[in-house]
Amino acid sequence: MIKTNEQSRRSNTSVDFSEIRNDFPVLNQQVNGNPLVYLDNAASSQMPQSVIDRINAYHSKEHSNVHRGVHSLSQKATDAYEDARGKVRDFINAPSKKEVLYTSGTTEAINMVARGLTGTHFQEGDQIILSEMEHHANIVPWQLIREQAGIDIKVVPITDRGELDLDAYKELFNSKTALVGLTHVSNALGTINPVEELVEIAHRHNVPVLLDGAQAVPHESIDVQTIDCDFYAFSAHKMYGPTGIGILYGKEEWLDKMTPYKGGGEMIDKVTFEETTYDELPHKFEAGTPPIAAGIGLGAAVEYLQNIGMKKISAYESDLLDYGTKKLESIEGLRILGTAPNKASVLSFVFDDIHAHDIGTLLNEQGIAVRTGHHCAQPVMRKYDVPATSRASLALYNNRDDIDRLVEGIEKVKEIFT
Amino acid sequence: MSNKETNTPNDIDEIQDRIVREFSALSDWTEKYKHIIKQGDQLEPLEEEHKTEENMVKGCQSNVWLVADLEGNKVKFKADSDAAIVKGLISLLMRVYDRQHPETILTKPPKFIEKIGMQEHLSATRANGLAAMIKQMKIYAMAFKTKLEQQAEA
Repeated sequence: MIKTNEQSRRSNTSVDFSEIRNDFPVLNQQVNGNPLVYLDNAASSQMPQSVIDRINAYHSKEHSNVHRGVHSLSQKATDAYEDARGKVRDFINAPSKKEVLYTSGTTEAINMVARGLTGTHFQEGDQIILSEMEHHANIVPWQLIREQAGIDIKVVPITDRGELDLDAYKELFNSKTALVGLTHVSNALGTINPVEELVEIAHRHNVPVLLDGAQAVPHESIDVQTIDCDFYAFSAHKMYGPTGIGILYGKEEWLDKMTPYKGGGEMIDKVTFEETTYDELPHKFEAGTPPIAAGIGLGAAVEYLQNIGMKKISAYESDLLDYGTKKLESIEGLRILGTAPNKASVLSFVFDDIHAHDIGTLLNEQGIAVRTGHHCAQPVMRKYDVPATSRASLALYNNRDDIDRLVEGIEKVKEIFT
Repeated sequence: MSNKETNTPNDIDEIQDRIVREFSALSDWTEKYKHIIKQGDQLEPLEEEHKTEENMVKGCQSNVWLVADLEGNKVKFKADSDAAIVKGLISLLMRVYDRQHPETILTKPPKFIEKIGMQEHLSATRANGLAAMIKQMKIYAMAFKTKLEQQAEA
């Protein structure tokens, strides 16, 4: 196991967040002649050295295919890959490793549920409830099965502050409601939804709930048993892990009910040309050779986060978000979209007379990386009647200097436009 | 229109060189972008009726519209964008390609973009509609070239 400086942090009661930046080699570079300010973490966060080292160690010393070989190397790879699954189980407090499925990311996880419940759960005329603040990854998979499954999509509107309209949500339930799919944290607005309450309401109607946790996992401690959701999906690359791997947590009763949407090796029990029976959970849903290195990297990312502590990360980021909000609000002409009192990481903003694309281009000239566009959440853009926003999204390695650089950068953009 | 034709060199290489010279006189990146934005302000406006879904060049972050017509044996382009930098770059492209022969449009790449340090605006990311716009201009040029050839044969 690779040991790095963060290993020693667990014993420390206080975490020096200014030091954490040094764990991320990618941040130590110049862009267009300026030190990089990376504020595009909601799109993808950077990997700490410990995750990079763990992936390298796997490639250099442990690589082999998992689950099948009797030889030592295969055993080693399998142990490391399954150990990572165990770390994820612990991270989200899932009752069992069987309920923690590897996927390629949040998108695949949601597609898996949509496909898996088609023909097994959904009945002609059923309705599902999504919200106006969903990422396209929690809209399009349902549209793809809409005809085949015979379902209708109902949408929870959002308020001007960017919160779910809870009264409207409650009223959408009826005897035909068969699933609720909601984001935990909005990628475009930063709103943290009251997931426990939302799940409880759905369960009163015996309706299962899928939560898109992609934007929530890096910022707060997740306990799927406390939330009591039926599915929880997230991606490694937004929580300091590698791309190409993600997780679908699902309650066993639901995963048993679902059919796998992809078939192949790894996921079978017995195969004849007449019939195939599936392997047990979680392997039933994991056809083909998985991205083993990425899975192990995800395990290392979980370890990294747990060594610091999610509570400390939440508190630090929340303080930074408050600072950033105040600073941005002080810029004349700038309007923040998404002003819910309970927010994580995201500062989405617009100017009436400067296009987001121009802001992003001119910030990049100053070495500042933000995202501009519709953030794959076009219904949110329509709600606020803007074509695009600029979005600064924070991670645990960001600090007040980054915010100050962003503010200076925006002032410079304004100057160019005057 | 006639004014433009008498005062502006029509040779596409000369126009590109002129643009490069304009930019080389600018001291830093802020001046460069200010100049680009100013170019956009001078762009011949595209009538609202042309800003349709059909005339839209798909780009993820900003809307770009492009229309083209054949005037004699030359291509008349009109374009616009809702983002200022893209609009400025469009204005530069218009200086180069508007009212040129289809053959010229097809054979002369916009070399000035790299020379003025704007090549990253051409990168093939989904963030950008400019590369798609240049491609669309060439598609129009190709269509008009074929049309002119058919007319010549008839």
